[in-house]
Amino acid sequence: MREVTCEEIIVATSRLCIEANYDLGEDVLSAFESARTTEPSPLGRDVLDQLLKNAEIAHTERVPMCQDTGLAVIFVELGQEVHIVSGDFQEAIHEGVRRGYEDGYLRKSSVNPPYGERKNRGDNTPAIIHTDIVPGDRLKITVAPKGGGSENMSFLNMMTPSAGRQGIIDFVTDCVDKAGAKPCPPIIVGVGIGGTVDKVTQLAKRALLRPLGEPNSDPEHAALEQEILKRVNALGIGPLGMGGGTTALAVHVETHPCHIASMPVAVNMQCHAARHKSAII
Amino acid sequence: MKISTPLTDDVIATLHAGDKVSISGTIYVARDAAHKRMVAALDAGEPLPFDPAGQIIYYMGPSPAKPGSVIGSAGPTTSYRMDAYAPRLMEIGLKGMIGKGERTAPVIEAIQQYKCIYFGAIGGAAALIAKSITSARVIAYEDLGPEAVRELTVVDFPAIVMNDVFGGNAFEIGRATYRQG
Repeated sequence: MREVTCEEIIVATSRLCIEANYDLGEDVLSAFESARTTEPSPLGRDVLDQLLKNAEIAHTERVPMCQDTGLAVIFVELGQEVHIVSGDFQEAIHEGVRRGYEDGYLRKSSVNPPYGERKNRGDNTPAIIHTDIVPGDRLKITVAPKGGGSENMSFLNMMTPSAGRQGIIDFVTDCVDKAGAKPCPPIIVGVGIGGTVDKVTQLAKRALLRPLGEPNSDPEHAALEQEILKRVNALGIGPLGMGGGTTALAVHVETHPCHIASMPVAVNMQCHAARHKSAII
Repeated sequence: MKISTPLTDDVIATLHAGDKVSISGTIYVARDAAHKRMVAALDAGEPLPFDPAGQIIYYMGPSPAKPGSVIGSAGPTTSYRMDAYAPRLMEIGLKGMIGKGERTAPVIEAIQQYKCIYFGAIGGAAALIAKSITSARVIAYEDLGPEAVRELTVVDFPAIVMNDVFGGNAFEIGRATYRQG
C-alpha cells in the first residue's frame, strides 16, 4: 500500500479549485477560436472575441473567469492500493474546497437548507463528491466547478425503448431549444443514455469532463453526437442567445446498459466556462 | 450609444432591441434572495434599500474583491429567476434591468406597460465586465453575502438592448435570423 496524507489531498484540491476557475482549458480556447471562424453572426463573433479576451484577463490577472465559481463537483479515482492516512478522506476534500474558495477569492454559492431560509454557508462546502475505486496506487482528483445557470438547464426523460435513436435526438434538441440563452451558450451538451435514473444523470455530468474535440470512442455514439450537434446548431440560438450558428461547441454522449423496459436519457449542460482541472497524487 | 443613469422615458424611447449601449452612472445590484426581500418589504409597507424610480438593477452576485480591487468578477446571472418579482419593481418606477437570458411573457408585457428596458450583458465575461465598475459598496442585506444589495458606479458598462418598449425582442430576432429548417 502507498500512503497518501489528507494534507496532500487538501492542498491538491485547493489548488485545483483555484486553477479551474482562473485558467480555461486549451481545448475550450481552441474551440472558441474555431467557432470564431465559422460563426455567421457578427454579434456572435463579437461575443466569442469577448470570451477570449475574458479568459485572457482571468488567466493573467489571476481572477475567476466567471463570478459564478460554482458548486465544487469533484471526481475521485482512488487506486485500491492507496492507503489514506492522517485524517478523514471526505473531510479532506471539503477542507480543500474551503481553502481554495477562500484563498482564491472565489464566490461561495452554497446555501442551506435548500428551501426556506437558504442561508449561505460561507465556505462553499460541501463539495459534491463522486468516488470510484480503481486499480493502482495513485489518487486522481478532478475538480469541475459547476455554475447554477447551466446546471438549472438539466433534463431527465425516462424514455421507453420504442422512442429509439430519433427520440433521443429530438429530446436533446428540444432541451437545448427550451434552455435558449439561459445556460450561457456556446454550451457543451452532456448526454447520458441508459442505466437507471441515478446512473444516467451521472453519465450526463461525466460526459462534460471529456476534452473538447474528442468523440465517443464508439463510432455509433460518435455519429449520434455529430447528428445532435448539427440539429442543435441549426436552432439559431448562438453565442449568449443573441442569434448565430454556435449554440453548442460539442455534444458528448456517454452510455450504459439499461433495463429491457427502459431507455433513460439525461441532459446536463455546461456553459462556455467549461472548467475542470485534474491532479494525480 | 452612450447612456447614463437615471434613465428617462425620452432616452428609453430611443432604444431598440439589438442596440449596443455603454452605460455610465450609478446602478444597483440585486439577485434572487434580495428580490425576495425587497418584494416582501413592499408587501409589508416597509422602505426599500434604494428607490428604484428611474434606476437600473443589475442581476449579479460578484466574486470577492482581491486586495486593491474594487470588486471581484462581476458578470450577469440568469434573469428569468427574477421574473416573479420584476413587474412589481417596474410598477414603482424601475427603468432598467441588466442580466442574461430570455424573460417570460409577463415581464415582457410589463416592460412595455411601464416603459422599462431589459439589457443583456455577456454571461461569463465576468473578469472583463468588472473593468467597467469603478466603485462598489454593499448598501443592504449584508447577511446574504454574494446576494447582498450593492450600489455600483459604472463607466461604459457594455450591454445590448434585448427587450424594448415597442415589443422588440433581440433573442427572437437573433434566433429567427439564424435558424435553419
